[in-house]
Amino acid sequence: MTTATASHDNHDDHGHHGPAKGIMRWVLTTNHKDIGTMYLWFSLTMLFIGGTMALIIRSELFQPGMQLIEPEFFNQMTTMHGLIMVFGAIMPAFVGLANWMVPLMIGAPDMALPRMNNWSFWILPFAFGMLLFTLFTEAGAPNFGWTFYAPLSTTYAPSSVTYFIFGVHMMGISSIMGAINIIVTILNLRAPGMTLMKMPLFVWTWFITAYLLVAVMPVLAGVVTMMLMDIHYGTAFFDAAGGGDPVLFQHVFWFFGHPEVYIMILPAFGIVSQIIPTFARKPLFGYASMVYATSSIAFLSFIVWAHHMFTVGLPLQTELFFMYATMLIAIPTGVKVFNWVSTMFRGSMTFETPMLFALAFVVLFTIGGFSGLMLSIAPADFQYHDTYFVVAHFHYVLVPGALFGIIAGVYYWLPKWTGHYINENLGKFHFWMSFIGVNVTFFPMHFIGLAGMPRRIPDYALQFADFNAIATVGAFIFGFSQLIFLFVLIKTIRGGEKATDQVWEGAEGLEWTIPSPAPYHTFAEPPHVK
Amino acid sequence: MATSNYYVPESSYFPIVSSIGLFGMAAGAGGMMNHMSSGGQGFGFPHLVFTAGTLLLAFVFFQWFAKVITESRGGMYSPQMDKSFRWGMSWFIFSEVMFFVAFFGVLLYVRQWAGPWLDGQGDKGSSHMLWPDFDYSWPMFNNPGGADYPGPNAVIDPWHIPLLNTVLLMTSSVTLTIAHHALRAMHRGRTIFWLGATVVLGAIFVYYQILEYIEAYTELGLTLDSGIYGSTFFMLTGFHGLHVTIGAFILFIMWIRICKGHFTPEQHFGFEAAAWYWHFVDMVWVGLFLFVYIL
Ligand code: HEM
Ligand SMILES: [Cu+2]
Repeated sequence: MTTATASHDNHDDHGHHGPAKGIMRWVLTTNHKDIGTMYLWFSLTMLFIGGTMALIIRSELFQPGMQLIEPEFFNQMTTMHGLIMVFGAIMPAFVGLANWMVPLMIGAPDMALPRMNNWSFWILPFAFGMLLFTLFTEAGAPNFGWTFYAPLSTTYAPSSVTYFIFGVHMMGISSIMGAINIIVTILNLRAPGMTLMKMPLFVWTWFITAYLLVAVMPVLAGVVTMMLMDIHYGTAFFDAAGGGDPVLFQHVFWFFGHPEVYIMILPAFGIVSQIIPTFARKPLFGYASMVYATSSIAFLSFIVWAHHMFTVGLPLQTELFFMYATMLIAIPTGVKVFNWVSTMFRGSMTFETPMLFALAFVVLFTIGGFSGLMLSIAPADFQYHDTYFVVAHFHYVLVPGALFGIIAGVYYWLPKWTGHYINENLGKFHFWMSFIGVNVTFFPMHFIGLAGMPRRIPDYALQFADFNAIATVGAFIFGFSQLIFLFVLIKTIRGGEKATDQVWEGAEGLEWTIPSPAPYHTFAEPPHVK
Repeated sequence: MATSNYYVPESSYFPIVSSIGLFGMAAGAGGMMNHMSSGGQGFGFPHLVFTAGTLLLAFVFFQWFAKVITESRGGMYSPQMDKSFRWGMSWFIFSEVMFFVAFFGVLLYVRQWAGPWLDGQGDKGSSHMLWPDFDYSWPMFNNPGGADYPGPNAVIDPWHIPLLNTVLLMTSSVTLTIAHHALRAMHRGRTIFWLGATVVLGAIFVYYQILEYIEAYTELGLTLDSGIYGSTFFMLTGFHGLHVTIGAFILFIMWIRICKGHFTPEQHFGFEAAAWYWHFVDMVWVGLFLFVYIL
């Protein structure tokens, strides 16, 4: 891949000074590293809030029968858990990593539009503050599921839906600005010699993710705007009595929603593609095919949305088209998995914490991919749809997929950020607890799903009791293991073995040519890439 | 590819204050709408929050853009920075295109599938059982659940105001291009004239659009509540009208800047960005004229 001549010299940062002091440093900053850090802490906070909600859900589901909470509150928990994890934890974490790493990887002095960058971040705490605040109002928080299908989210919605809609608008504005910033940085701020096909894969996958974001976040804005009009201004978009159609909601939502799930996985593909070559001490197998596979996944993600709607009543040809189109996605996805495995084949592998998470990613994400393939078979989906099998599928791609990707990335780059190695024993402890927790939680969901347990219901029939109890135990193991993560993070920030500039023996790329910790300003003079 | 002096601004209070302003607008608007829909009247706390948020955002934006202009005129931006702005604006317009694509898609879906199905035609014609008396036609004068959604008596005649508006916008595209050529040729007077003409044409467009809405509401019974025809009609033309208003406002700012002598024949990205935006809004109108009014 890329090699850099060490023309860069960080003492050369004249004209710039270090960070300001105190809280205002963070509030007013235009520095991509500060902003990246804020995104990551924000995301971790949301992970814990959303995680608490998940544990409330699992506690209620520990035994059949109504145990702890009212069904109404249960619905609020599933809804808020989904929204917070998707929009508050996963997406901002990726944007945070992009902020930190994209400029370092392409040899740019900062993001292309630094003030807008900070604005993208600061919108988020306000948006989520508003969303969370609805929990404490009389009407209660949104309760219609993270997919907010009409008419549950229109005719039958609590009044907090209005704040939800404006919250989504704010997140959308933030995402679009963040994505535009990343695209422009990649297109315009690459160091001389860094051609597109020399870019690290994390940069490539983020480039394509950002494109998806700019393409579909406006569609999300459109669909919530139509809800708003239906609720408050008497329009009939999603009401058949006025000539509209509730199914129309699902079409527009999933036209956003399916690309959105790829927005949550492509950057993780990129992270894993950085980590595996480092710890296998071999260049990535099939770099170009990775780029093409990512691009075709992005393209296909626009023409598969109705696989979420197989049971809603679609014409037969439509079902068939979306079934086959969905299955096509398995091809580029398979190419990726094949490339990762081939990269490791005959490599001199070591298993530091980031590599463990990356390996778990490859294995467990593939399980999620396979269950996805099962779901994509339209006639079979009539059985699986809206059961715990779907819950198992998307948690396998999102937790040991997207989230493990993020955690792997954090462990991989943390020494570069803080100048300290993590305590490997603690990191491995975190890994194994998470690995066990995640599988104990989500694997049994395949079984209860296939046996017919519906999702999003606070009570269930007796025969599902054992697996539900196991899943709840797993969820608590997983949830509390993330406190180890927090502990490792704080410990590494405060001290630890000093990291070298290259950090990992097999690491290659511009980000490993600068000192650890990375100075406040890097690449004021662009490096030359051969 | 990077050159060595890419401008990275110092820390700035614009982003945080803009976020507070945006939050005020969003929370205020949410409160206002809930207030309205629960039968509330008058100017309450949410209205105050909304107004304060909007004013704050407008104020910061003014400062923010003023700062960018000062920096640009102070020669702090390299050609590379100029490119960042160009890419940024292009992708922003792409996001706007996708926003409209969503609404055009809705129109297509309703006319091509949802409507005929409700009438018993096609693959999902079984939905006819909901309202056996319903006959599909477009424009939809009779909605399936008639009582809740009284249909319009008539719809806008495309060959009067909409045709006029088409001519207005197309002409404004031409005048804008003439202004651009004049700017490149350093004819300030002519630039001011033709750009001014563009803004005036945009304003007249908006004026006629308002007249059309008044006619729709008072004479045709075509309103937001008149079923899916009214919903799509007002959504598409409404958001387009909003964009024309914003576009004309931006062009007006450019007009002021040109009067102040801000641009040079080589460097006038602010103007070009406004022009791109205007042409985008024009193209959307062509789509509207075809698919909303004529067909
Ligand atoms: C191999 C590729 C994949 C295939 C073939 C696939 C297929 C499917 C299908 C058919 C469904 C609908 C199931 C139903 O509701 O009955 C589904 C649901 C879902 N998938 Fe996937 N999927 C794939 C990968 C992914 C990835 C990578 C993610 C995210 C990172 C993801 C996230 C989701 C989510 C969140 C849902 C459920 C949405 C909901 O109803 O709440 N999937 N998938
Ligand atoms: Cu999907």
